[in-house]
Amino acid sequence: MMDTDATLPLMRVAGLSCAYGARNAVYDISFDLWPGEVLAIVGESGSGKTTLLNALAARHEPSAGHVFFDLRNHGLHDVYGMSEAQRLMLARTDWGFVHQNAADGLRMNVSAGANVCERLMALGHRHYGKLREQAIDWLERVEIHPDRIDDRPHTFSGGMRQRLQIARNLITQPRLVFMDEPTSGLDVSVQAKLLDMLRTLTRQMNLAAIIVTHDLAVARLIAQRMMVMQNGQAVEAGLTDQVLDDPQHPYTQLLVSSVLQP
Amino acid sequence: MTLQSLETKPTLQMKNVSKQFILHLQHSTVLTVLQNFNLSLYQGECVRLCGPSGAGKSTVLKLAYGNYRASSGEILLRHSKEQCVDMVNASARSVLNLRSHSMAYVSQFLRVIPRVSAIDIVAEPLLENGMASITPEHAREEAAHWLKLLRIPESLWHLPPATFSGGEQQRINLARSFIKPRPLLLLDEPTASLDPANTETVVDMIVQARNKGIAILGIFHDDSVANEVVSRNVSMPPLRTHL
Repeated sequence: MMDTDATLPLMRVAGLSCAYGARNAVYDISFDLWPGEVLAIVGESGSGKTTLLNALAARHEPSAGHVFFDLRNHGLHDVYGMSEAQRLMLARTDWGFVHQNAADGLRMNVSAGANVCERLMALGHRHYGKLREQAIDWLERVEIHPDRIDDRPHTFSGGMRQRLQIARNLITQPRLVFMDEPTSGLDVSVQAKLLDMLRTLTRQMNLAAIIVTHDLAVARLIAQRMMVMQNGQAVEAGLTDQVLDDPQHPYTQLLVSSVLQP
Repeated sequence: MTLQSLETKPTLQMKNVSKQFILHLQHSTVLTVLQNFNLSLYQGECVRLCGPSGAGKSTVLKLAYGNYRASSGEILLRHSKEQCVDMVNASARSVLNLRSHSMAYVSQFLRVIPRVSAIDIVAEPLLENGMASITPEHAREEAAHWLKLLRIPESLWHLPPATFSGGEQQRINLARSFIKPRPLLLLDEPTASLDPANTETVVDMIVQARNKGIAILGIFHDDSVANEVVSRNVSMPPLRTHL
């Protein structure tokens, strides 16, 4: 009805379930994500958030259901129906994945510059000067001083590592980034800087994102939409401000009323 | 000035709208805050919601903006000559679209964002959803115009408004809405914490918006402000609390 700008969602999720043995860690999740939208998945630990994120990002084969992604010029394709090579290509170009622990998403033994450029090099870019130029540009965009380009990430603080991980993912101008608790291990001041940066970058690049977080304030700040998970199911979904200001489900009401107001 | 030709269709129409909160954690207590509310709002008019505190005035604005979900009724918001969207069952995507193009809401309180300066908060509506039709520099110039008009000292423009006074924050909120005129404007006590000079400026801004054909629905505490901007009063329906 209002869906006039884009005719296809960027991602369509239909009846997605993930089972560990007889137990469903994720059960019957369906939603559409549109270009430029940021969706927060919230819920307590053990609610299935991370399993869902991995299933969406083609990292955990679901036991039922489908994940479709809008390939440039080719429309919606089932990501689990693609060849391994196609999926790898997608993960290196149109997708990004930001891990909770930056060490899982970075190569700790190579320089910051090499970390930032790795995806471009995997795509065949070889011109050293141009790669270095792009690395410097991206380090600046995530507020890391270009002086640090030859330093290894293990000399970086937690906040810097997380920003380096973001630069490394965004250098190929992806259309969708998955993030697993990207701010959870950081000091509050460092967290604010990272969130502000994510807000700005998603807007500038019309980048869609799916962010797993247990922090409702983080969701309020950067996500337009929110999904609340409990025991593997989506108990409530909607606009972030609507879900937080007028929660309908008992579990969402519990979550919202449990937040401490500073 | 509020003459409506017969063909004019309402910008916002609320039909038999009710809102209950079900408090699941308090023994599923049902709190009724609005019952059978009806309203037709046309372009170029400013309607004042009248009633005592607790009568559901703010609730009406939040329902129209999609911040609260109605329990029953219809909330039809016009987004083109031919089409209305019912906010009661609209998708998240369509509500976001409507907020961006068809309605603005000035709440009583500014939600501050850490690290983001006043001028960027005001410019933000012009730059949202990757619309590259305007450069960030141009958007900031536009924001500067509104900040100046609302007498925010230039020394504050590049600071995050977390430490600003209540009146300054309210003016940031107003600037942020007026920078991008949309056909429906929802105002929740827009002059509540303003001094006389700024109140007068805001009154002028509201009158100008109304004269441009924007439909305005507002809560005005101050009768002298209301006398200058309001073209019609609507009383809140009584709540039947014991059924």
